[in-house]
Amino acid sequence: MISLSQISRSFTVGDQQVAALRGIDLNIAAGDYVSIMGPSGSGKSTLLNLIGLLDRPSSGTYKLDGGNVTALNDAQQAKVRSEKIGFVFQSFHLVPRLTAAMNIELPLILAGIPPAERKARVVQLLENYGLTDRADHRPDQLSGGQRQRVAIARATSMHPAVLLADEPTGNLDQTTGKEVMNLLEQLVAQKVTLILVTHDPVIGGRATRQLYMVDGEIIGENKSAASP
Amino acid sequence: MPLGFVPPCGVSYLLDSGLRRNDGLMLFPDLIRLTTSSFLAYRMRSFLTGLGIAIGITAVILLTSIGEGLHQFVLAEFTQFGTNLIAIQPGKTQTQGGNVGIFGSVRTISIEDAQALLHLPNVEYVNPSVTGNAEVRFNGKTRRTTVFGAGHDFTRVMASRVQMGSSLPDDDPTQPRALVVLGSKVRQELFSGENPLGSYLRIGGQRYRIVGVMEPKGQMLGFDLDDTVFIPAARALELFNRPGLMEIQLSYKPNADLAGVERSITALLKERHGREDFTLIPQAKALEVLGSVLDVITFAVGALGGISLLVGGVGILTIMTMAVSERTAEIGLLRALGAREGQVLTLFLGEAMLLSALGGLAGLALGIGIAQALHWLFPAMPVHTPWLFAVVAELSAVSIGLAAGVMPARRAARLDPVEALHEE
Repeated sequence: MISLSQISRSFTVGDQQVAALRGIDLNIAAGDYVSIMGPSGSGKSTLLNLIGLLDRPSSGTYKLDGGNVTALNDAQQAKVRSEKIGFVFQSFHLVPRLTAAMNIELPLILAGIPPAERKARVVQLLENYGLTDRADHRPDQLSGGQRQRVAIARATSMHPAVLLADEPTGNLDQTTGKEVMNLLEQLVAQKVTLILVTHDPVIGGRATRQLYMVDGEIIGENKSAASP
Repeated sequence: MPLGFVPPCGVSYLLDSGLRRNDGLMLFPDLIRLTTSSFLAYRMRSFLTGLGIAIGITAVILLTSIGEGLHQFVLAEFTQFGTNLIAIQPGKTQTQGGNVGIFGSVRTISIEDAQALLHLPNVEYVNPSVTGNAEVRFNGKTRRTTVFGAGHDFTRVMASRVQMGSSLPDDDPTQPRALVVLGSKVRQELFSGENPLGSYLRIGGQRYRIVGVMEPKGQMLGFDLDDTVFIPAARALELFNRPGLMEIQLSYKPNADLAGVERSITALLKERHGREDFTLIPQAKALEVLGSVLDVITFAVGALGGISLLVGGVGILTIMTMAVSERTAEIGLLRALGAREGQVLTLFLGEAMLLSALGGLAGLALGIGIAQALHWLFPAMPVHTPWLFAVVAELSAVSIGLAAGVMPARRAARLDPVEALHEE
């Protein structure tokens, strides 16, 4: 479903060209559970942003569901993000002035879904993620784990096929981190494609496909048949 | 299991595509809800920014209300005499200089001219007039007043009424009897409570029999119409030793065509004088000129208020620029959640417009309130706020918000999502 060929991305820093990704070739099938590991600066986040259409490659082709998405304009890419991709961030990225329910509702609002349908879905998500009694709380009234649950609920509110998580447990303690991973893996069980960026080998080791990156290149891949 | 909540189970959604979409456009109530949320999150700041616009709108509304009040007041002063009047004055005003005196002196306008004009079609009445100052005396009391030489229809021109006795009679205009009608103030000063009718008043040494007293009329552009005595025009010419009238006021039928009336007057007087040595000043045209002058004044004071509105706009620009910097990460998030550049632009423009619209409404209320309070405190001060002004002021507030929001909103929309997300 995701097919990257010869993807490169370079940045101009001062008057120097710095390559963050060098000729990446990668295919990810629907329902895959992939972790991308590597030291900081290895380009794993850049790769995730490219897959999430937040960034454009300097060269190479990216096909999503068979369509070339590198050629799309801003509005078309936004539509793809809205419909097919969900993001979970290390720092949660909740809008501080909106309630938990409204944070979850945000992607649906931006997509112009009518209120009645939105409401049903938000109520369902709040229940699924054990947030029903936190619905009207603002992010600063929630614990770290609750915040990340809101973020995951938000990421899945449009029912995307691909979930991209950038260090989702980075700001959480061990126990809460495990909870969050369990939630994400339950989504994999429902055939969501999960791509996870982490520098933690324990977290990354749970994925069925583990990619190792150094200096903008994928230098190794490990497959484990073990289901999470 | 350490989880203190129900895990997601049985929520199979991958096949779900049954959501009705508005083609990726945000619904308007949601736009309002989102912009209001940031407005409420920064209450103090929003209030102060809105206040800037509110003060601007208050100034505009207050100043234009006073300007418009003045406008209506002045026009009402003039139109009380009716609008279907034409004043005929001696001398031809020409745009190109040159003294007509070289070819022969200007012929004055006479009482006979006035009599002749009365026979023109569509003419209702004609009033020959000449004014001056003279000493009036009664029983040893002396007073200097305005003497108004007039025809017997002068009350109609003045839009005034006789309170007691009668107006000047319809005598032969060239040989009128020495009769006088008193203004209410002259009567008060010289006769106190006594009945003046039938008594004799000396005006410039001549004896006039008092036949009537006018109703109080008040002042008109600094003229005290009550401190006036009215005598026949021919007598006034004699009194002031003038060869001709100062002006003839002519009233035409309301449904008559002004241009046609003007043409017939011009033709008649040209025939009588041999040339066009007079000027017609239709009241309607004079009012038009006056009205446009007053409009300019209203516009000018409104523009003065507009300057403070502009300052309010700068306030919005400042606050929106700050908001974009502070909420960079949020903008990145919105983009990640599927917001297009246009949606981010709309959100920030919406916020700027909400601020200015609310500020504008507060300013309208304040401006109209202060204007009415002024009118209540100083009843003599004319104040009027037309609806159109209020609507235009509110629209300009919103457009200023829009203009001030464009730059920060464009900056927000064009942020690189990846960089924006890393801003904390």
